[in-house]
Amino acid sequence: MTILLTPVARLGRAVLAAMGSVGRVALFFFSALGHIFRPPYYPRELLLAMLNIGWLSLPVVGLTAMFTGGALALQIYSGGARFNAESVVPQIVAIGMVRELGPVMAGLMIAARVTSSIAAEIATMKVTEQIDALVTLSTNPMKYLTVPRLLAGLITVPLLVGVGDVIGIAGGYFVATENLGFNAAAYLKNTMDFLESLDVISSLVKGCVFGGIATLMGCYYGMHSGRGAQGVGQATKSSVEAAAVLILAANFLITGAFFSV
Amino acid sequence: MIRLENVHKSFGNNHVLRGLTLEVPKGTSMVIIGGSGTGKSVALKCVLGLVTPDSGQILVDGKDATKGDRDAFLARFGMLFQGGALFDSMSVWQNVAFRLLRGSLKRPAAEAREIAIEKLRRVGLKPEVADLFPAELSGGMQKRVGLARAIAAEPEIIFFDEPTTGLDPIMSGVINELIREIVVEMGATAMTITHDMTSVRAIADNVAMLHDGVIKWTGPVAEMDHSGDPYLDQFIHGRAEGPIEAVR
Repeated sequence: MTILLTPVARLGRAVLAAMGSVGRVALFFFSALGHIFRPPYYPRELLLAMLNIGWLSLPVVGLTAMFTGGALALQIYSGGARFNAESVVPQIVAIGMVRELGPVMAGLMIAARVTSSIAAEIATMKVTEQIDALVTLSTNPMKYLTVPRLLAGLITVPLLVGVGDVIGIAGGYFVATENLGFNAAAYLKNTMDFLESLDVISSLVKGCVFGGIATLMGCYYGMHSGRGAQGVGQATKSSVEAAAVLILAANFLITGAFFSV
Repeated sequence: MIRLENVHKSFGNNHVLRGLTLEVPKGTSMVIIGGSGTGKSVALKCVLGLVTPDSGQILVDGKDATKGDRDAFLARFGMLFQGGALFDSMSVWQNVAFRLLRGSLKRPAAEAREIAIEKLRRVGLKPEVADLFPAELSGGMQKRVGLARAIAAEPEIIFFDEPTTGLDPIMSGVINELIREIVVEMGATAMTITHDMTSVRAIADNVAMLHDGVIKWTGPVAEMDHSGDPYLDQFIHGRAEGPIEAVR
């Protein structure tokens, strides 16, 4: 009987642990939200976080979008050629970049670049007692560390996604006009005619949600880091894993909410 | 005055504090000694609210430390952390003036910098150090910057967590002297935790010996050498034999 029940007990413990984690993350998120609206505010920390999360992520997000847009144009051209549909390259690049690849690639790049950096920084602060020092200096770590980063993610990542979408479409445009023989003016006209405002709105909403997820996971795992170098490493790894999975899951849900038939 | 009454704190099955009772009169320097892992740091963190006790009461000037305005409560404290706990993304002067650049004690940046440089001078550091970053300083300098930060807002109560750990004997002596001078000069109430008996003799008015989560002995530093307490005797003479087990 015990042999039969052991796997069930293990499964139960795993489910309970997972639900506990979800609950703790949710409480952390609502606590951060509550602090957003209550003073004191730290505008300098917010500006620094916006610079780091938004502006300094632009090169990596831009390059990723450009190459993705270019590759997408090549794929659609060669794939479309199988049923004489090469001409849909501008439309599919636009819709693919704006609705899906732009926000998802930017979100994953932010998870890799920003989530890891936030988690490692805050975890190191915890291990070296800098978080305790903040408290003794009458500064709430949630307000000082989490709120500026979360806000910066919510504000700057949609902007990054918008810029990434444009760069991605530009990548497709260059490949299509330089390598695939498309007319430049016609390519741009097709792109503009085909895109709808809902496509752009969904892209920006995704950016906002992904920015929130990426920064929240970095802060959560950093604040709950274990001791020593191993604790910092574990916090960093877990934060990126959680952010990447949640971003992809959220992408599915948002896509369903906007475009399900 | 700080008073801890029957404070208990456990982490899982590890019962760290098992009824700690201790009184630190206002304006005096209390040093808590005891082996590693006996709960000295936890006791300090309980007073500051960094760790929540499972039971017992902590009173500061007769008021419950866990109730009331936290910011106002913490504004009365300064703390020197064992590793300095300096913010490595900020320059030295911004670390020292952290409290003066934000919150209820906020003042103009130029004035805060002036005060920071004055406090750095007070702990024996030149003004040129002000614009360096913590990673550019030696361990002794980092401790002194930590000390300058602890006293920057002229707190009424100062905690020192292992102030001389990892320092050479000369630098330890410098830090001990500084702590004593600052406590006397500011009239602050001080609580220090240390293993370093030289520090104890230099800093303390009173000493408390913590073992197994309770205070085994407390009294004036002058009485420490003939207390008759076997735990304290073993600890201050560094003997392997005695009631404190060498392997814990």
